[in-house]
Amino acid sequence: MNLFFQQVINGLTLGSIYGLVALGLTLVYGILHIPNFAHGALYMVGAFMTYTLMIDLGSPYWTAMAGSAIIVATLGILLERLVFYPLRHSPPIHHKIAAIGVLLFLEATVQLFWGADFRRIASPYNGILRFDGLIIPEQRLLIICGAITLLIGLQYFLRKTMTGATIIAMAQNRDGAFLVGIDSNRVAMMTFGISGALAAIAASLYAPINLVYPSMGNLVIMKAFVIIILGGMGSIPGAILGGMIIGFAEAFGGFYFASAYKDLISFGLLVIILSVRPQGLFAKGAH
Amino acid sequence: MLYKLGTLFLRPGTKYVLLALAIVFPLIAKNEYQVYVMATAFIWAIAVYGLNIITGYCGQLNLAHGGFFAIGSYALGLLTADYGWNFWPAFLAAILLSAFLGFLVGAVSLRLKEHYFAIFTLCVGFIIYLLLDKWEELTHGPIGVRDIAAPHGFGLVDFTDTTPFYYLVLVFLVLAIWFIGRLSRSLMGRTFIAIRNGDELAESLGINLMRNKVLAFILSTTYAGLAGALYAGMIRFIGPEEANINHTFDIITYLLVGGIGTISGPLVGTLGIVWITQSLQFLEEYRMIIFGPLLVVLVIFFPRGLVGSFLTWMHRKSQELGPAKKRKASKVTPSATREAENNA
Amino acid sequence: MLSIEHLTKMFGGLAAVNDVSVHFEAHKINAIIGPNGAGKSTFFNLVSGMHQPTSGKILFDGVDITTMRCDHVAKLGVGRTFQTTNLFEQATVLDNLIVGHRLRTRSGLWDVLINSRRLQAEEKECREKAREALDFVGLSHVENQFIADITQEERKRVAFALALATEPKIVLLDEPAAGVNPEETEGLAELMKKMVKTGLTVCLIEHKMDMIMGIADKIMVLDHGEKIAEGTPEQVKSNPVVIEAYLGSDEDAAA
Ligand SMILES: Nc1ncnc2c1ncn2[C@@H]1O[C@H](COP(=O)(O)OP(=O)(O)OP(=O)(O)O)[C@@H](O)[C@H]1O
Ligand SMILES: [Mg+2]
Repeated sequence: MNLFFQQVINGLTLGSIYGLVALGLTLVYGILHIPNFAHGALYMVGAFMTYTLMIDLGSPYWTAMAGSAIIVATLGILLERLVFYPLRHSPPIHHKIAAIGVLLFLEATVQLFWGADFRRIASPYNGILRFDGLIIPEQRLLIICGAITLLIGLQYFLRKTMTGATIIAMAQNRDGAFLVGIDSNRVAMMTFGISGALAAIAASLYAPINLVYPSMGNLVIMKAFVIIILGGMGSIPGAILGGMIIGFAEAFGGFYFASAYKDLISFGLLVIILSVRPQGLFAKGAH
Repeated sequence: MLYKLGTLFLRPGTKYVLLALAIVFPLIAKNEYQVYVMATAFIWAIAVYGLNIITGYCGQLNLAHGGFFAIGSYALGLLTADYGWNFWPAFLAAILLSAFLGFLVGAVSLRLKEHYFAIFTLCVGFIIYLLLDKWEELTHGPIGVRDIAAPHGFGLVDFTDTTPFYYLVLVFLVLAIWFIGRLSRSLMGRTFIAIRNGDELAESLGINLMRNKVLAFILSTTYAGLAGALYAGMIRFIGPEEANINHTFDIITYLLVGGIGTISGPLVGTLGIVWITQSLQFLEEYRMIIFGPLLVVLVIFFPRGLVGSFLTWMHRKSQELGPAKKRKASKVTPSATREAENNA
Repeated sequence: MLSIEHLTKMFGGLAAVNDVSVHFEAHKINAIIGPNGAGKSTFFNLVSGMHQPTSGKILFDGVDITTMRCDHVAKLGVGRTFQTTNLFEQATVLDNLIVGHRLRTRSGLWDVLINSRRLQAEEKECREKAREALDFVGLSHVENQFIADITQEERKRVAFALALATEPKIVLLDEPAAGVNPEETEGLAELMKKMVKTGLTVCLIEHKMDMIMGIADKIMVLDHGEKIAEGTPEQVKSNPVVIEAYLGSDEDAAA
């Protein structure tokens, strides 16, 4: 029972992180139909920014996280302006290659400044909560609560604000959105900003119980892709649900089956799903 | 003037000059290391040619290419080191295995369109890496495979030496380019290009999408497997890092810089970048700080790379010069372009 | 020539084409008109095998092609153009057209390897076909120009030529005159008449009423996926349902 509960917590933690990363990816895909291969690099830069702000500049954890979110959001916006905007009329293969270029650049740059070593971020929340013999590490609880708060905030932003509504409108119908006079450039920049911030926050939340290194984003981005294909590319609830599915599959699969092949689970799942249903699990419509 | 100089490159004779240069290279190289670097570059070039078939001509971005390279390496390595096979049968088996796995993966993945295909192959590449890394009973895991056999020289040559191996690689490279040259000018190559232009249009022209895409995919993995097997035969020690996604990214970079969908592009791109990185040793680890943005700049401004841009420029020039003597120009141009495509 | 019976295509809950029955005769210009989103392109996609219909039947020259794959339909003699045609921009017009005749050839990988006589013969044949098609659409003079360097109207003609190189019996043209000026539209209309004269059947979608009314032998009007009228230009023009649903709100028709 206790072990089972532990895996539930692990599943929720992983699911929250994956969900946040996948959310950013799916938002960008929904608006611009770009699979942003550089998203994992943004996640990685987010972790390094938090690390530097905390270790080198001595800021507290939360301030560092906020700073990192702002920096990576800016980076996301720059990406949109400098890379994807000029490519808006190019064949889709060019977007992907450009995104790969960005990914390689960010990885190499971080490695130049910080080296390839593994690093740790010490969280101020390293205690352990006990309920009736059930153990929950504080940081994991923080991740789960943080993700839920962010999701509620994001929902509020998308549903209740004008900018949010335009993002939704554009995701649902690009051409229609132009007709009612939406500034598509602003929406695209906004989306990239939000997506970057989400990645940075996810990285900062996860970093204290994980390692920080230049290629840390590679595995995460691939899983995020699996998730948004599972949940339907462009779908927000799909990203969260898909995140949870993968998170739980890994927690339980890794525990009850072979932990060496833990990472294989999500990719195996993807291969099977796409073999059976080429449009993804919950995908509907043309895209 | 530049145009005149350009036509020099388009001469049919150019490829023989290049071939002659490649043949005398070991004699003029400063040291054995240079020959070794060149042989490695040739091996990569073969892999790049493979990617050019599926991605350059057929338009499907395959991110598992490095994985198939590793499959070729491992097949050769394991068969010779663990199962005691001779090099040549193992070499053939490695190529056939890459082709067969290419068929399996292609038959599933090519039903997917555009982004889905790229993401799917990204995952396939990663699965290959994980299997090589974790399936210790078969692959020795992170330790890798040692004692891989060198090509058997039948008592005539010793392929453990760098220079003979260089010539062996050169032979395969020439064969690889020769076949691509033939393929790209044939109806089959045109069929692939039609698919790149758009699935729907190709289909409406009566082209069987799946059959042609799978064929292109198999050809490309065969090239990857061939390159991988040669690599294993030269280095004779391999590890799971062969399947690292960064190798795929390297291959894409070579292809993009040289010119995607051109015949000489893969060679130009690979040799160019390998030698630039070599001469700037300190770059090795951080080369992507330059090549990453270079990829971005290329797809924005020169999506057809060095060779493609050059060919386009030459064509425009010849058209400009044309109107004065139109009859003649229309006779010269197509053959000039074809010559251009001809050149390795 | 082309008989459609109760053809329906659903996209989720939307009936893009709804219970359409129509017959198009050979050696005629048949037009399909209707407001944006009426299901015209979807209709073409169904006929050409790009999409599978939800229900209904498509007979082409007496052969049931309802569930046939696109490439088979093309081989039977259905050629088509698209609203937008993506071609290889950095290749010459002729190079883009050669593949058009590919479906009538059989060379495979082995032929490429040994450069077989069959392959050589077929390549020559494809090249000739391409030249022929180019000549037919009146573009022989741009044969060696890059697609990127030709005009919008020339692109339209290249798209025609590509469809013609497949040796079709019927061509489905999706908005061939979109984005082309009035004189050029006139030229394209002439070209369509020429196609019919050489024994082809033309089926086109168009928004330009003047042109349609001038050349069509028969018009079918679609609205919200349903056929609301068909007949000669005169019949359609005076049909009150059409006027209300479509022409009434269209400036072209008023003019
Ligand atoms: N692949 C698809 N998936 C879902 N819906 C589709 C698809 N293709 C078309 N539709 C829908 O079917 C309806 C008919 O579209 P269609 O393209 O056939 O219209 P059309 O008459 O050609 O319009 P236009 O004059 O603008 O070209 C539209 O509402 C469109 O959104
Ligand atoms: Mg249409």
